[in-house]
Amino acid sequence: MKKEFKVIADLLPKNVRVLDVGCGDGSLMSHLIKEKNIEARGLELKKENVTKCIYKGLPVIEGNAETELHQFPNQSFDFVILSQTLQAFYNPEKVLKDLLRIGKSVIISIPNFGYWKVRTSLLFFGKMPVTKTLPNSWYNTPNLHMCTIKDLFHFCVEKNIKIKKAVGVNEDKTSEIKKSNLEIKNFFSKLGIFLIG
Amino acid sequence: MNYKTENIKTINISKPLKLDCGQTIKDFPLAYETYGKLNESKDNAILVFHALTGDQFVSEINPVTKKEGWWITAVGPDKAIDTNKYFVICANVIGGCMGSWGPKEIDKKTNEPYGLNFPVITIRDMVKAQEALLDHLGIKKLLCATGGSMGGMQALEFCTIFPNKTFSAVPIACSTSHSAQNIALNELARQAIMADPVWEKGKYLIKNVQPKNGLAVARMVGHISYLSEKGMQEKFGRKLQEKADYEFSFDADFQVESYLRHQGSAFVERFDANSILYITRAMDYFDLSKHFKGGLVEAFKNQKTKFLVISFSSDWLYTTKENKDIVIALNASGADVSFSEIKTDKGHDSFLVDEPEFLKTLKGFIDSMHIKFKNEKRI
Repeated sequence: MKKEFKVIADLLPKNVRVLDVGCGDGSLMSHLIKEKNIEARGLELKKENVTKCIYKGLPVIEGNAETELHQFPNQSFDFVILSQTLQAFYNPEKVLKDLLRIGKSVIISIPNFGYWKVRTSLLFFGKMPVTKTLPNSWYNTPNLHMCTIKDLFHFCVEKNIKIKKAVGVNEDKTSEIKKSNLEIKNFFSKLGIFLIG
Repeated sequence: MNYKTENIKTINISKPLKLDCGQTIKDFPLAYETYGKLNESKDNAILVFHALTGDQFVSEINPVTKKEGWWITAVGPDKAIDTNKYFVICANVIGGCMGSWGPKEIDKKTNEPYGLNFPVITIRDMVKAQEALLDHLGIKKLLCATGGSMGGMQALEFCTIFPNKTFSAVPIACSTSHSAQNIALNELARQAIMADPVWEKGKYLIKNVQPKNGLAVARMVGHISYLSEKGMQEKFGRKLQEKADYEFSFDADFQVESYLRHQGSAFVERFDANSILYITRAMDYFDLSKHFKGGLVEAFKNQKTKFLVISFSSDWLYTTKENKDIVIALNASGADVSFSEIKTDKGHDSFLVDEPEFLKTLKGFIDSMHIKFKNEKRI
């Protein structure tokens, strides 16, 4: 999602050190190097993607974020990014804790399960939703812990994690999420992007 | 083990080199070979470090053994390390036996081969000796320093001693220090050589002989450790060697026995037994953090070199875990590091055989580093 890259780039100052957890084929790292001259590092599980990053000259470590984040020292990155994978971990809370340990700030994006199309799919059709941001069926989805923008917002409040900024994305429109408009943003955003830490 | 020296390029290193054991050496020979051409901007030089039983003949036909170079799968025209594009350099390590200063060379004081009078050398000593070669070839900064196994150890050591001498490094299937198991296997190889009555406390060359039986056993030990259990089972299983049934003797009934015997006897034709003692000792002494008070993190501090660490899933000699420890240390010091584990049944030897995923990764890294290095030079 190009819009997501733009929102993330806008959250970053120039020349910072960034760890992209679950960096895929390195598209986001490349984008951020070009736009913000960041010093990027990636962590990626899929061999095919690791090789793609290496071909692009991007520093990437093959490994599983669920079990291998311990290799990164405390506060060793200005920003840690987790793009649309929080819901796929066995233990998202533990991963999140690790991300906050490694990065001075953390950027998390989630596909919003509170989006109205997701809600209506379940309400009117009685079926697990399949949408652009949630393209898999219930039996083959990697997503184990789906959550809504509201869930993540409340989670941060409950755990005393500071939300520095939160942005809702719907197609090419973006808007800031606040406590006052949480219900509306949770209804109309396909994607939530949180800057926390 | 006799060969013509006219096929071997050597330089005389006149600069004194203080060895880790305390002795200072100078005016010693270092044998080397190069492939491809150094370009005008001198940004295409790759230094390859060889492993325990390797030599400087990386590619093409080894002029001494008449066999293919030991890394022909990776180095050559249109290979992963493409000699149409890159200038590849490899030197025989000191302590070796392919023309560099080693225990079979003549000690000018006694006019006899050094044997055990040769000083005990380290990986650091090997690496420092090779730096002089770069000066000789007019190379200020390498595009890449790479090697597998002991070659990987040398690549790591090179980066810590000379942090600004290479743009990138690819240590393959190695570790930052030898484990108890590594040392134990090396000790087995050494004891096999020393137990051979021909060895005579290392003085066998005076009589112009080799402790062939001991050296062959040492090679067999090595060979077992280079293969994986699964790879060995698939290749040999319990297959018999050109016979229908057991012969109820101690001849090589099984294919795996015949294979090991062949590897052992072929090896004694090209390698000096004392060199095995010295080089395995250097590997055992290897501990990258030893010269740095703060340990590994301190060793890698201020590294500008871009690293790619590669391990093989079935390598039990230098495991993925040990390779990952290198990555962890590099990460902890903030260095630029990539890591890839290649899934294969071919064991430690994977870096020497045609392993497409490995070669693809190596190529991708070196080609992308070349582009970056050229850009850096332009700025």
